[in-house]
Amino acid sequence: MLRRALGLLPRPIAAARARSFSTDLPAAHTADATFMEAWNKVMPNMDPPKTPLSFMHPRPPTPSSIPPKLTVNFVLPYASELSTKEVDMVIVTATTGQMGFLPGHVATIAELKPGVLSVHEGSETTKYFVSSGFVFIHANSFADIIAVEAVPLDRIDANLVQKGLADFTQKLSSATTELEKAEAQIGIDVHSALNSALTG
Amino acid sequence: MTSNAAVPFWRAAGMTYITYSNICANLVRNCLKEPYKTEALSREKVHFSISKWTDGKPEKPTIRSDSPEE
Repeated sequence: MLRRALGLLPRPIAAARARSFSTDLPAAHTADATFMEAWNKVMPNMDPPKTPLSFMHPRPPTPSSIPPKLTVNFVLPYASELSTKEVDMVIVTATTGQMGFLPGHVATIAELKPGVLSVHEGSETTKYFVSSGFVFIHANSFADIIAVEAVPLDRIDANLVQKGLADFTQKLSSATTELEKAEAQIGIDVHSALNSALTG
Repeated sequence: MTSNAAVPFWRAAGMTYITYSNICANLVRNCLKEPYKTEALSREKVHFSISKWTDGKPEKPTIRSDSPEE
């Protein structure tokens, strides 16, 4: 029985290597051949229109050895906080707990909880409070962090945080419907995370 | 393979992820220090104009500037 198990072992690993991960992108974007032909027939003298994909830089392929730095893209809906910045480590607050990402980290997708995001570069650390979002780590040590709202910690007003925490704790006790309870709970979660970000 | 047993509390209460995320973002914005707070809240203001159509013709549009719901 053990011999059969040993025989089965290499096969799943080989199969896994053949399957590509969903977080991998093809190395380069090639223009659609049929479209090009049709375009050249109709408009031989004009350049074909560019598609959004041709403007995007293809993601660099996964290097064979672990790169020395993690490249971070930290974006918000209204601004790009960090754009392909090379850093040593990023620590985020995921719903499953605090996670640290070093270069060479396995490809991961994590949902963020309201909490602190810290970016470590050399001896400096930049901290942001993130309201919620996602972080995608790709196999080639590129990290995409997308957040709805992220503020540096020094922009947070401690008094408003305390007041909010007290408000929502009171709302939770007086809530009747499931939705009200959920909203009050969210308020408590966010304000206590803000609190610990300010004090921690 | 994994069961959907461990749903987050907000989804169990009928809220979608987007609503949850927007509520969190609004709460954070409301806790900012002064110049940043007004900047953030004015950045998120939504202005839109609505016009009802009857018999294939638009009526006079009304302009609404609702602050985004919480």
